[in-house]
Amino acid sequence: MGLLDKEFSDGNILITTTEDLFNWARLSSLWQLGFGLACCAIEMMATSASHYDFDRFGVIPRPSPRQSDVIIVSGTVTLKMALRVKRLYEQMPDPKYVISMGSCSNCGGPYWEHGYHVLKGVDRVIPVDVYVPGCPPRPEALLEGLLKLQEKIRYESLTKQNNEVV
Amino acid sequence: MSIRTEEMVLNMGPQHPSTHGVLRLELTLDGEIIIKVVPHIGYLHRCFEKHCEVITYPQVIPYTDRMDYLAAMGNEFGYVIGVEKLLGIQVPERVEYIRVIMAELQRIASHLIAIGTYGADIGAVTPFLYCFRDREKILSLFEITCGARLLYNYIWIGGLSHDLHPDFIRLTKEFIKEFKSNLRELNNLLTYNRIFIDRTANVGILPLETAINFGITGPMLRASGLKWDLRRDDTYSVYNKFDFDIPVGEGKMGTVGDSWDRYYVRVLEIEESLKIIKQAINSIPDGDVTSAIPKKIKPPVGHIYSRVENPRGELGYFIISDGSTSPFRVKVRAPSFVNLQIMDELCRGHLVADVIAILGSVDIVLGEVDR
Amino acid sequence: MKSFEEIAEIIRTNFSDIQIEIKSVVKFEPFLVISSDKIDKICLYLRDYPELCFDSLVNLSAVDDFNGTKVKDEQGNETMTGGTMSVYYHLESIKFRHKILLKVITDKDNPNINSVVSVWNSANWHEREAFDLFGITFNNHPDLRRILMPYDWEFGHPLKKDYQNPEFYQGMKIPY
Repeated sequence: MGLLDKEFSDGNILITTTEDLFNWARLSSLWQLGFGLACCAIEMMATSASHYDFDRFGVIPRPSPRQSDVIIVSGTVTLKMALRVKRLYEQMPDPKYVISMGSCSNCGGPYWEHGYHVLKGVDRVIPVDVYVPGCPPRPEALLEGLLKLQEKIRYESLTKQNNEVV
Repeated sequence: MSIRTEEMVLNMGPQHPSTHGVLRLELTLDGEIIIKVVPHIGYLHRCFEKHCEVITYPQVIPYTDRMDYLAAMGNEFGYVIGVEKLLGIQVPERVEYIRVIMAELQRIASHLIAIGTYGADIGAVTPFLYCFRDREKILSLFEITCGARLLYNYIWIGGLSHDLHPDFIRLTKEFIKEFKSNLRELNNLLTYNRIFIDRTANVGILPLETAINFGITGPMLRASGLKWDLRRDDTYSVYNKFDFDIPVGEGKMGTVGDSWDRYYVRVLEIEESLKIIKQAINSIPDGDVTSAIPKKIKPPVGHIYSRVENPRGELGYFIISDGSTSPFRVKVRAPSFVNLQIMDELCRGHLVADVIAILGSVDIVLGEVDR
Repeated sequence: MKSFEEIAEIIRTNFSDIQIEIKSVVKFEPFLVISSDKIDKICLYLRDYPELCFDSLVNLSAVDDFNGTKVKDEQGNETMTGGTMSVYYHLESIKFRHKILLKVITDKDNPNINSVVSVWNSANWHEREAFDLFGITFNNHPDLRRILMPYDWEFGHPLKKDYQNPEFYQGMKIPY
């Protein structure tokens, strides 16, 4: 249920729980770490650009991990890059979310068997919230992934540790 | 009295919004003047050449797509030409025409990204959105042709995966008509913008001698004043049937071979590509696009170096066959890999802010640098 | 523009003391085989001789020829010992528009070739790549380090045909 559904009809008053308010604020302004790895980064750029307009969901690329809420791992994570990705994730302030975009960062993609220098899935170094399949995923697929993440945030609890998606 | 100074090392990347991916530059600075640039690459090394040795010839094509992911059609084109030469296949005329149309559309799409991100890197965000708007139209043309937006697996050994969509020619004509006025708009917005010129003209001048010695190819070499384009100078496919110009840098805003020239050569190349596409779609012959695809791909023992003019320069494949169904060795001569070596030479003596302007004008794709 | 035979003849007459093998019967691309310690001298000559003027090194590719003798150990696993590696140099003259392919063969156990960075700067990263992925040492190279693989990679050179990938790198599992 959206936050504004609970608005009183006669004034500027909203009654809600802290949890709902926090979750609403978090999910409506997910600032993304402007960070591209490989082919999927181009589709991520296309999603941010004029045609698909990521901005409507409150997603704005930020150049610094200190200012961002979500990291979209867009592309193949190599062994040389994996520790840098991990460090970027660690530098982000809590609460932080991870979208794994594309087959490569989900599981190694086409490089799963003979890729001697490819990490088979970014979830081996950082925890992932949403996996978006595709090689590369279409911008619509990335949008869908973002909506799924928003869904997840909407039902988060401030007290309970395990956040099950309802 | 002398002031004690010391050099400072500044690390740029691998996560940096303007390094076009995961490039890391190690800058040695004296104040704000650059003394030395050491590029560190390999953050996207995806073992392309190892993969080639264990998979069959047609299976390599999707992997070539993923090297220079901004110009996937061009990558397939170069690889396929090489294997066809090894096999000794003659492909139908219609296939050649469609390949040329696709490669040129891809060149426009790739240059649009180069131009758009270059503007965004040095502070002009609006042209980026304009470029992506036009690029989406090209991508939708690719999409009706083969179903994919970015990585196509469209050009096959001996043919193509699909014939053109019945609406393709009409839609392409509409696109060309519309795009011409958009390009004029883009020029007014960015190319002749005073701030843009001040940031790029006379920055990172590349003399021709140095460029040749460093093996620079593509728009970078042409911006230094040499009319060298493999489409004309080592012609392949049906490029010799079309009439087009090779734009070179003239130093209109500064010196020949500066960053503005490298940028402007790309803008002019877009116009030339439009010319080629127009001629090709008006004279495209009929035929079957899958008739020449061989059932069994097993080239004889030998080796071949095939090369094409990709948006970033000369893309070469050195393919060694040992007579089996998978290549013995494929070495890729990636244009960005070679072009990136010049960074140290170009940046020395400039300010830190100019590194971005120079790197953007080199126009690298890390997928291709690291393979 | 000169043909392959003419270029080969010029090299042969000027370097009579060096053994040069001409392979022109090969299908597709003829090439010259040059010994590994003379390649830099010949390349410098090719660049500076006014009638040849090979001003650009187009490509440099290393190849593991995988032609050693097969040995079976007690467990029945086959390993290869000896053999050669080769490096191919594609040269081109932008001025005269002719091309040539040179090949250098070196020992796989101790691969060692003279560097051509002093002739063409573009060889720098190509040679570093060959060192990184094949372990070929280029003498007199200004900066011979790994380029694509991590600097602390200690598990060998991955493009060798008999390369074995390790299980772990810095605590990360590599196989799928």
